[in-house]
Amino acid sequence: MSGFPALLRKEVLRFWKVSFQTVAAPVVSALLYLLVFGPALGGRVGAFPGVSYAQFLVPGLAMMAMLQNAFANSSSSIIQSKVTGNIVFILLPPLAPAELFAAYLLAAMLRGIAVGVGVFAATLWLVPVPLLHPLWALAFAAVGAGLLGVLGIVAGIWAEKFDQLAAFQNFLVMPLTFLAGVFYSVHSLPPFWRDVSRFNPFFYAVDGFRYGFFGQSDVPPATSLGFATAALAALSCLTLYLLARGWKLRH
Amino acid sequence: MTARVAVEARAVRKRYGAVRALDGVTLAVEEGEFFGLLGPNGAGKTTLISALAGLAIPDSGTLAVMGHDVRADYRQARRSLGIVPQEIVFDPFFTVRETLEFQSGYFGLRDNGAWVDELLDRLGLVPKADANMRSLSGGMKRRVMVAQALVHRPPVIVLDEPTAGVDVELRQALWAFVKDLNQAGHTIILTTHYLEEAQQLCARIAMMKEGRIVALDSTARLLASFSERVLRVKLARGTLPGALLADAAPEAGGGWRIPIADMAHVERSLAQLREAGAAVESLEVAEPELEEVFVRIMRRDDAVPFPP
Repeated sequence: MSGFPALLRKEVLRFWKVSFQTVAAPVVSALLYLLVFGPALGGRVGAFPGVSYAQFLVPGLAMMAMLQNAFANSSSSIIQSKVTGNIVFILLPPLAPAELFAAYLLAAMLRGIAVGVGVFAATLWLVPVPLLHPLWALAFAAVGAGLLGVLGIVAGIWAEKFDQLAAFQNFLVMPLTFLAGVFYSVHSLPPFWRDVSRFNPFFYAVDGFRYGFFGQSDVPPATSLGFATAALAALSCLTLYLLARGWKLRH
Repeated sequence: MTARVAVEARAVRKRYGAVRALDGVTLAVEEGEFFGLLGPNGAGKTTLISALAGLAIPDSGTLAVMGHDVRADYRQARRSLGIVPQEIVFDPFFTVRETLEFQSGYFGLRDNGAWVDELLDRLGLVPKADANMRSLSGGMKRRVMVAQALVHRPPVIVLDEPTAGVDVELRQALWAFVKDLNQAGHTIILTTHYLEEAQQLCARIAMMKEGRIVALDSTARLLASFSERVLRVKLARGTLPGALLADAAPEAGGGWRIPIADMAHVERSLAQLREAGAAVESLEVAEPELEEVFVRIMRRDDAVPFPP
């Protein structure tokens, strides 16, 4: 029997036992963004035709929360285990690199998606949003949370101290998720910044996710899914290779 | 029937920067042995154990547990090995029982409850089974780590300084349990700084120094070749006669240690004391001690690496 189900269960319980911090708190943050930026920027920032700015904002905020929390889950779990030393209990059993990878990744995706669902549940009575293509929305939620879940695994393994991880989070993950077209349509940006956005894989996750709700997006959803999936596949291959080598885990 | 090899290391080398943590270690521990791995801090004991566990990757050489190469066949090797790490580590999110259930799960074991219950019982953890790991004392955490190493009933058990900073009660309970496991056929490898423990428990001992094995023999033979019986004597009155003084070494508290070959030697020495008119305050024949063997071997400048 594989050790994967146990590790997955442990990783899920780890965040679920403190879900007030790991799920409820990010939902509250997303709500605050909506309450502040919705009225403040509504009318000034271009949204899609027939879609109010507040409506436009909801899927973007949900995706941003999913991305950030998926990253937070895998990265914080690994760095905590490394710093406290209890990572040995994961490294001593016969868990294959792919089993470690899959367990940390799925737990991160589940946390991300739990937060995303929480954001929708909380905004339902404030700003009703249509859901035209649920399967597209689900596909982007999975790929987006997956991408950041894997990035969190890499960051957690790479970082030796909490402040290194914080730097990764503050200087890479936060800017890239914030500038992924969460608060605006990239079509409203100057051409230069519009082109820059296209190099940000998180932009495709946000844009495609929004398509699932409104049936409108800056980039065709199939293209977005292609880019985001390619980024996820490439990063996953790299991570599996690093895990198999024992990079920074087995000395 | 020849005993199977439980743990085998062949020419294992590992460098950390300029430090040669393991400098060509070759070692075989047979199934069912109670084996001691001794050496000063930094000798490479923990690195060797880490390499065996797959926590460290050697630069060269091979290691196997129950015939399974720790790299090529890591799954079987790790299933065969239970390690109690030296540092106290725990996951603060879970209770004792959860910790043991997860650890069982990582080894692919479902429904391991009966064995987990037995481990809790043998290690005196039943009252703490549902307590959070954070709330446990250091000694209790150590017990959980022992249980974690045993959830998959490994044939080979490695205890890396399990009694460092542990109270007498746990120490005795732990050794009783480990002895039972050894009698049930488990191979035990122990590192410790408490040499009396090693002397009492281990049938065979390897001593490491600077990444190499500098002594490897049965405990009895090591004691016989590197240590000796001594007559410890303290005088109430008089002085040691010259014949005894030549071999005697002073002890703290004003006593003397006189090496002796046999009981006739003891009687001769006492006769010499009487003739010299010395009055004996206390007298003891001390058996060889592993501590002395250890000190002598570590002090040898010409320490011949084993095997040469």
